[in-house]
Amino acid sequence: MKVIKEKHPLVMRWTHWVNFPILTIMIWSGMLIYWANDEYKITLFGHTYFMFFPQWFYDKLNIPHRLAEGMAFHFLFMWFFVLNGILYVLYTIISGEWRELLPQKKSFKEAWLVLLHDLHIRKMAPPQNKYNAAQRIAYTAIIVMGIGSVITGLAIYKPVQFYYLTWLCGGYHLARIFHFVLTIGYVLFFIIHVVQVVLAGWNNFRSVISGFEVINEKPKPIVETNTPKDENPIQ
Amino acid sequence: MKTPFSKKTKAAKKPLTVDQKITRRNFISFGTFIVFGSAAYGGWKWLYNSPEETATVTAGARKPLRRALNKTELAFRRLFSNNNLVKTYPKEMAAKNVRHNSDIGSGGKIDTAAWRLQVKKQSGEVLKISIDEIKTLPRTDIIYDFKCVEGWDQISHWGGVKFSDFISHYKLDDHAQLEYVGLETPDKNYYVGIDMPSAMHPQTLLAYEVNEQPLPLKHGAPLRLIIPVKYGIKNLKRIGSISFSNNRPPDYWAEQGYDYYSGL
Repeated sequence: MKVIKEKHPLVMRWTHWVNFPILTIMIWSGMLIYWANDEYKITLFGHTYFMFFPQWFYDKLNIPHRLAEGMAFHFLFMWFFVLNGILYVLYTIISGEWRELLPQKKSFKEAWLVLLHDLHIRKMAPPQNKYNAAQRIAYTAIIVMGIGSVITGLAIYKPVQFYYLTWLCGGYHLARIFHFVLTIGYVLFFIIHVVQVVLAGWNNFRSVISGFEVINEKPKPIVETNTPKDENPIQ
Repeated sequence: MKTPFSKKTKAAKKPLTVDQKITRRNFISFGTFIVFGSAAYGGWKWLYNSPEETATVTAGARKPLRRALNKTELAFRRLFSNNNLVKTYPKEMAAKNVRHNSDIGSGGKIDTAAWRLQVKKQSGEVLKISIDEIKTLPRTDIIYDFKCVEGWDQISHWGGVKFSDFISHYKLDDHAQLEYVGLETPDKNYYVGIDMPSAMHPQTLLAYEVNEQPLPLKHGAPLRLIIPVKYGIKNLKRIGSISFSNNRPPDYWAEQGYDYYSGL
């Protein structure tokens, strides 16, 4: 029998979908800013493997020479990014939803099993509540990363007024690197997230918009049918 | 008497089946999602295609974004305190090759002996001060992390007179009650506007030395502004004149779409 099972509360759906375009705009405008001093690359033993970013990438996205524009967008949408984040975190705390989200002691061990299961190496996944161990870690990490982006962002935005944040980040120069690395982290998160959503299927995806999942439950008999013990005594 | 609200009609309504409930809730939630999504997309289109601001002291930014920049400036200026000092470093950490980005307003040669700093007073009087005279004022050194709006930073060592010392020496304290300082290069090709608290910040210098040597031409000889609480774009080279006003003085980069305040 089909049963409607409530899954994602409205606030979580709302903040999730509001965050998506805001973060996209933040990353895009961040790239307009980064372009003006695009010095980061992956170098190992003197060999450069990747430049952030190749020219074709800049050209494709029309990024060059738009620093002022990038800053104007970035410093407007940062407010929405922060407000939306605060709303989400407050909600998870007040509603008690954090219990489903924070990693538990066993989560770190279990996440490995989840990974093996998702990669089809292991047949069984560990039992879970709303989120599995890997999700708990990922969804908590992304919030920590968000807070990290705000802290490193403020550290490079107002390094004099928020000198303690800049100090916390190991200085202005390092704060800018962290701010950049966190953004790369979002992109990687996004890729894995989308792949997982596609694999999880429609029912799961719908729940992030409509809030419920449809599950098949075996109908429960209304009357308890415990076999009376004393009628057929086993000898 | 029968009324449309009678219990009987209500009871006649069948409860929704699970499938009906699913369809109904899907319809509502996806409908809402699409409506809000389209509205958000429309809002973005509106913002992205919004007209450029009318050129005043600021120009070159989309109208709503300029408004946001100015509002954000007001919010952060409340936090501004002259007690927040820029971090300083030991002398050894200062770069030997000090980075130089632009020559707007300070290209070409200048006769430093003939050069005079013009201080335009409210009365119309203009002080004309030679570099030698400025060098007799109390000297201050600062080694700090210079920050460019482009995103690079470099520890550099500057020497000169504190702007606030300069003000009190020339008895300009009443002028320092005004809200803004304007600085211009002699050829008027580069100009900046600075809010008074930032100008009077104890680490703001009228600098005539870099790495304990007289400023070379490319760093703004004979006198430049070093204002550590602002991005490099506000650190005007080769100062020609200083003026005071309650209105925002023109600012080169604010006319190119950058934030007027550009404070750190």
